[in-house]
Amino acid sequence: MSDYVIETEKGKWEVICGLEIHCQIISKSKIFSGASTEFGDDVNENVSFVDAGMPGMLPTLNQECVHQAIKTGLGLNAVINKYSEFSRKNYFYADLPQGYQITQFQYPIVGEGFIDIDLSDGKTKRIRIERMHIEQDAGKSIHDIDPHKSFIDLNRAGVGLMEIVTKPDFRSPEEAGAFLRKLRSIVRYLGTCDGNMDEGSMRCDVNVSVRPLGTNECRTRCEMKNVNSVKFVMQAIEVEAKRHVDVYENDGEICQETRQFDPVALTTKVMRKKEFAHDYRYFPEPDLPPLILSDDLINQIKKELVELPDAKKARFVHELGLTPYDAMVICENKEVADFFEKAAQGRDAKKVANWLMGDFFAMLKKKNLDIAQSPVSAENLGKLVDLITHDVISGKIAKDVFEIMAETSEDPEKIVEERGLKQVTDTSAIEAIIDAVIASNPENVASYRAGKVNLLGWFVGQVIKQSQGKANPAMVNKLLKEKL
Amino acid sequence: MAVDNETVRRIAFLARLKVEPEKLEDTKSEFNKILAWVEELGEVNTDNVTPLVSVNDEALSLRQDEITAGHISEKILKNAPAQEFGYFVVPKVVE
Repeated sequence: MSDYVIETEKGKWEVICGLEIHCQIISKSKIFSGASTEFGDDVNENVSFVDAGMPGMLPTLNQECVHQAIKTGLGLNAVINKYSEFSRKNYFYADLPQGYQITQFQYPIVGEGFIDIDLSDGKTKRIRIERMHIEQDAGKSIHDIDPHKSFIDLNRAGVGLMEIVTKPDFRSPEEAGAFLRKLRSIVRYLGTCDGNMDEGSMRCDVNVSVRPLGTNECRTRCEMKNVNSVKFVMQAIEVEAKRHVDVYENDGEICQETRQFDPVALTTKVMRKKEFAHDYRYFPEPDLPPLILSDDLINQIKKELVELPDAKKARFVHELGLTPYDAMVICENKEVADFFEKAAQGRDAKKVANWLMGDFFAMLKKKNLDIAQSPVSAENLGKLVDLITHDVISGKIAKDVFEIMAETSEDPEKIVEERGLKQVTDTSAIEAIIDAVIASNPENVASYRAGKVNLLGWFVGQVIKQSQGKANPAMVNKLLKEKL
Repeated sequence: MAVDNETVRRIAFLARLKVEPEKLEDTKSEFNKILAWVEELGEVNTDNVTPLVSVNDEALSLRQDEITAGHISEKILKNAPAQEFGYFVVPKVVE
């Protein structure tokens, strides 16, 4: 149970939240027409007569969208329904030229499933998925060009969407945030949706209600549509739940309504009251017979499924010895996980993970780069770790070498060779430096011999400094003790 | 089953049809005649009969994921009552 509780002078309240997430399907062409799904093309260029709702045009279902939906369903640990149907959802809006949306209602392609989310206290929680169906997206309305007119671009009209509906299992903003990040990670691993919330290819509707802590009441919920970042979803839940508590504690009533979250003012305001709510009058889509899937197809897709974040994380923990936290961070993004595996190949994976999550991530962040654009390749990061492991360079020098790698993309072996950064492990060379340090600091030598043994650290520092950081610290330590 | 004037008004609104107040009674009685006629179907026993969605029992045929349409914005916009910069232009619609 989550310990997220809204506490006031009058009582304690628990938050109940469910999410509906629209994910744009990655496919070349639209779900029911042959027009391109490319984002950012010229206005109304990727529109066919089907998308424009011209009379007599018939939809034909894109096989790839079906496969992508099955893949996603499997990624959600869900039942794939071998029988599903399309329905018409009727409403009038300027960016919906058909006057209805082709969607799935009674018989969705994907049934119940679940996702396990990782929480900050190290625990995991299972969030149940109610269903997932496929449908077409609407076009885009632009309201800010002219005060009296709206401008409509139908390029997005007809792009395939997967709508994922969760059970009301979230008890805190944190859980909803963790779920969205996990879902995004899964669809990106699968290559079924790019998961970019800021570009609108993943959009979230948030349902919130509250109840007195410790009860099983089901109180009225409110829905906030199209909240477009993980952070905003978390804020919206917090703000809306507090509003409900406030209303109840002042003897008010919550009406079932659609509200809009304002991320600047951190408030929600009503969009649509129930009396104006849409009455969609769903009915079976007469232009498309039911969709029947074969076991062969489902099994084929199951076989081709990539390793998902949870499985990868478990493997990194059990086979490579990473901590669960490190494994989770590395596995959230498939590109990062792939990079790590390549760099860790045949080496101490924990050391590679430390470098990756430390200096490497810091470098990417500083340079504002994606991992794909990294100047340091996975092979070179691995080689750098080898140089430390094999005592060729010290950890301190390695940091300098890494800085050079980040600037020049060079092989660390070459950098170490050319710049003469190899660690000095030659006893006589180190002894020569030690002798010089001892000779020029007679007072400290005397103090040390008189019992001030913690001066040893100072001597080690001096010797390493004299060697320009190249003397092996362990050897310096050992030899100094002998000489002093 | 019979509908009242309020239901007629609501259905007309949802379908974006204008029904003048003086036509409301007539429309209502037409609605009710149709409903009564459809209700005759209730006399047939449909226990254990799977609902028939379509009389067309052909399987759904799927399309390959290929770009075969588009780049006809001129034709798409041809019937638009108003257009600007390649967009359809409509009276302001904000919810």
